[in-house]
Amino acid sequence: MATTVVTDAPASDPVRRARRTTVRRTAGVGWAMLAPAAVLMIVFLIIPILLTFGLAFTNARLISPVPAKFIGIDNFVRLFGSATFWKSLLNTVIFAIVIVPVQSGLALVLALLVNAKVRGTNFFRTVYFLPVVTSMVVVSMLWMFMYQQNGLINALLGRLGIVGPDWLGDSRTALFALIVMSAWQAMGFHMVIWLSGLQTIPGELYEAASLDGASTWQQFAHVTWPGLLQTRTFILITITIAAFSLFTQVNVMTQGGPLDSTSTVVFQAVRTGFQQQQTGYASSISLVFFVIVLAVSLVQRYLTRDKELKR
Amino acid sequence: MTAPLDASAKGVVHAAGEKRRPWLPWAVQALRIALCLVFGLPLLFMIVSSFKPDTQIFGDLGSASAFLPVGSLSLDNYQGVFERVPFARFLINSVIISVVTVGLGIVVNSMAAFALSRLKFPGQKLVLGVILATLIVPFETMALPLLWWVNQLPYFDGSIGWLDTYEVQIIPFVANAFSIYLFYQYFDSIPKELDEAATVDGASWFRIYRSIVMPLAGPAIATVAILTFLPAWNSYLWPLMVTQSESIRPAMVGIDYFKQMNVSWGQIMAYASIITVPVLVLFVAFQRAFINSIASSGVKG
Amino acid sequence: MPVTLKKIAVAATAMTLAMSLGACSKGGSTPASPAPGGSGSSGAAASEISMWTHNAGNKDELAAIQTIVDDFNGSQAQYKVKLQAFPQESYNQSVTAAASAKKLPCLLDIDQPNVANWAWAGYLAPITGMDDTLSKYLPSTVAKYNGKTYAYGYYDVSLTWVTRKSILDEFGIRVPTIEQPWKADEFMAALKKVKDSGKYANAADIATGWTGEWWPYGFSPLLQSFGGDLINRTDYKTADGVLNGDKAVAWATWFQNLAKDGYIAKKSGSDPSQDFMNGKSAFLWNGSWTAVPVREKFSDVVFAPPVDFGNGGKVGGGSWTWGQSAQCSNPEAAAAYLKFASADKYVALVAQKTNNIPTTDEAAKLVPGFEPGGVNDVFRQYSKKFTVMRPETPGYPYIATAFEKTAKDILNGADPKTSLDALVKDINTNQQQYS
Repeated sequence: MATTVVTDAPASDPVRRARRTTVRRTAGVGWAMLAPAAVLMIVFLIIPILLTFGLAFTNARLISPVPAKFIGIDNFVRLFGSATFWKSLLNTVIFAIVIVPVQSGLALVLALLVNAKVRGTNFFRTVYFLPVVTSMVVVSMLWMFMYQQNGLINALLGRLGIVGPDWLGDSRTALFALIVMSAWQAMGFHMVIWLSGLQTIPGELYEAASLDGASTWQQFAHVTWPGLLQTRTFILITITIAAFSLFTQVNVMTQGGPLDSTSTVVFQAVRTGFQQQQTGYASSISLVFFVIVLAVSLVQRYLTRDKELKR
Repeated sequence: MTAPLDASAKGVVHAAGEKRRPWLPWAVQALRIALCLVFGLPLLFMIVSSFKPDTQIFGDLGSASAFLPVGSLSLDNYQGVFERVPFARFLINSVIISVVTVGLGIVVNSMAAFALSRLKFPGQKLVLGVILATLIVPFETMALPLLWWVNQLPYFDGSIGWLDTYEVQIIPFVANAFSIYLFYQYFDSIPKELDEAATVDGASWFRIYRSIVMPLAGPAIATVAILTFLPAWNSYLWPLMVTQSESIRPAMVGIDYFKQMNVSWGQIMAYASIITVPVLVLFVAFQRAFINSIASSGVKG
Repeated sequence: MPVTLKKIAVAATAMTLAMSLGACSKGGSTPASPAPGGSGSSGAAASEISMWTHNAGNKDELAAIQTIVDDFNGSQAQYKVKLQAFPQESYNQSVTAAASAKKLPCLLDIDQPNVANWAWAGYLAPITGMDDTLSKYLPSTVAKYNGKTYAYGYYDVSLTWVTRKSILDEFGIRVPTIEQPWKADEFMAALKKVKDSGKYANAADIATGWTGEWWPYGFSPLLQSFGGDLINRTDYKTADGVLNGDKAVAWATWFQNLAKDGYIAKKSGSDPSQDFMNGKSAFLWNGSWTAVPVREKFSDVVFAPPVDFGNGGKVGGGSWTWGQSAQCSNPEAAAAYLKFASADKYVALVAQKTNNIPTTDEAAKLVPGFEPGGVNDVFRQYSKKFTVMRPETPGYPYIATAFEKTAKDILNGADPKTSLDALVKDINTNQQQYS
């Protein structure tokens, strides 16, 4: 594109001068078109984030007649000495490590199932997508009923002769129960993303593979999977970010319990900030959280970039 | 459900497998139907329960009756809901908030994405990087500072503080990193030669944006519309912090109206149903267009 | 999808217009009244003050409060009160948000245990000149902090063990009375008999599935009945000794064993009253609010007094109360309303609509069921005899959430002594800032 070339050409050259003016004008137009979004993001996102960073070094409280004081890194010292924090961090990491492959893998299975041109495909797609359009607050309440000791899931298991645990009340099963429910809720969305990826793979590739006598599995391994590279990266990053932000389900269903087995970093930040009114301390949790997630996303970006280069 | 599989279908289910394992298509179809139960039953439970009295909801919990319209069914819960909540008002508020957020979001975010994708100017990469980095911030962690901050901002009428307005529920959510990213992706796939041709004809950048790129961006617009409509409609934590008058309160917050000491679960189910069903109907009506739009907007890494 | 930009732009513009029209009055609220004395430009117009309540969706209580407001507005021409309702679930957050924007209404209701916190924070103004009236109120409905009165409530609630005469008869359990409640051993023996029969999913249901304020409200009386407490009430500076002493540890161990031995569920169902009515539990520890539905279902229901675990039976006290904010620009109007609204007939009205315990003797006579000897009179007796207030300290919201978490941990198997020691340390640290 002509306008991209910024040169240090002699000003006497009329053509180049015109081009440079275009560059300058382009920059002006660019910033102007960026401005509405940029201003809104600065005011309603960047500034609150910076405020969070600032508050992390104070003893600010949600309700207090006493103004906040700068207290250095006291909040962080307290945080790193808190068993609940480490447990929350561990839970968050476990949740992410389990849900990323499980949810994306099952979503891919769903996508393959509804990618075939059979009658009723639209119906199936719609049903699988239903949980996505339902509010998480509502979904969490429904699953609370189903997970009850005498609830639906245990009734079903009972038919099979299995005595189900008190899913949300048992520290060994609670996080697992949250993982299942979260994967269930979001899977339809990633199914659609996978579908979009599948539809970009040219049909001729399958026909060619078929003619070569490739088995179902070989076709998947050599045509489908490589063809989904970019989709995979997108799904990996979006699920990871969502997994780290786990909050609503925990807040409605378990409040972090039992024994901190479902406490997450975001939940701990919200609980400390809202219910316990310790805004400064809560901000320090948020700050640590941002740093961790940013690090994880950078590592992911680095790893996925590597793959693209290899290709 | 007996239609033969299309031979050109892509993925695991295809002609080769069919020849060697004739039962496979049937097994796959059975799996599809079984999955329908998995994904549909919780919502069915919600809708069915909304017609039952509380005692029966709890009595039915341990059996298949929980999903079946059996026992004493009535509209009592719905009647109760309409007595307790100014539902029409809440619904209108939710529609206004969601539609305006989506509408403004499409304009603002597509312009930003256009600038980042089609124009070249210094600082661009950095801006894009910062925008993407904000994706990792969960709203819950910045809700308190944002609340304090909007209370310090001047409002349009000259007073200070935005609490208890439509604007405070809309404007902070208009600019959206994910939307910008989706538009950016899509714009990148539109051939740049179009711009050059238009530039030669003397078209301004804004003109190119408005008359060339946006008309081609239908799928991206639809995708962004849907993906920003859902969180706006389902927004809960923020509106309960910033709304004071029922005249501007959205429907999702109304669910708290039913969480009293003596909870009426039937009414909660009824309310959850009536705030969910409109979205479900909208989705069912547009599902083909919706999925196609996400598919063709080419979401990529 | 042929969506053109023009269509979107038109739609967005139209919507923005609609929005700005709808929002021109900031949600239609007038947060503060005109300056005191100024009665508006239209001469005779009364000066308006707003009043907030947690009763959105709670139509009976809301209607009762609206009646009082209407009566007040009709009784004089000087002031006009405008009622705004919020859902209880998020009411505290709404108030906190408004307070930080200096936009509190003149009048508001407050959950009694929060009064000290809000008074300390400067949200509330003391109520003066009402001592005579309030001396007739149940002490648990008059909220005080630092010797000043900040709010009063129309009703209180009592805790009770709900069961059925038929259950007690079947298992040969004595029907307790207010003079002779069950003792700890007697109660545990009863639970064992019921559990061993295998007829109930849980012998008892103490609503462990609920969250939030229920935990300190419902379970700290059990702790107090063992002889412990949430904080040392002489100076509210430390919980050492009372919350981690032998008696508190005994409570915690008992509490943990209830679940370990299978008498209760670690996490009960979403609605314990419904489970009780469906025959899933034999004893239900709950508030008197549950009396109406349970009585409808069973004719032989028994509302037993709190079990005496050594230090006498205890129940929680304090419910929703009314006060005036410190950000009110027309305190005279607020004070006038609070005086007007404290009459016995309004106490009776609200108590009747909510099925709660009326705070004054006069009002009790007017509320069917609460008159001496009435079916609900027991709750009033329990309230008078067994009530222990939740600690009236600004640190209460912290104590409440920290206690909830620790109690849940203990129920799920955490070591009682270690957990209580950690809890005491946290509470003591948090209390420091109030001295």
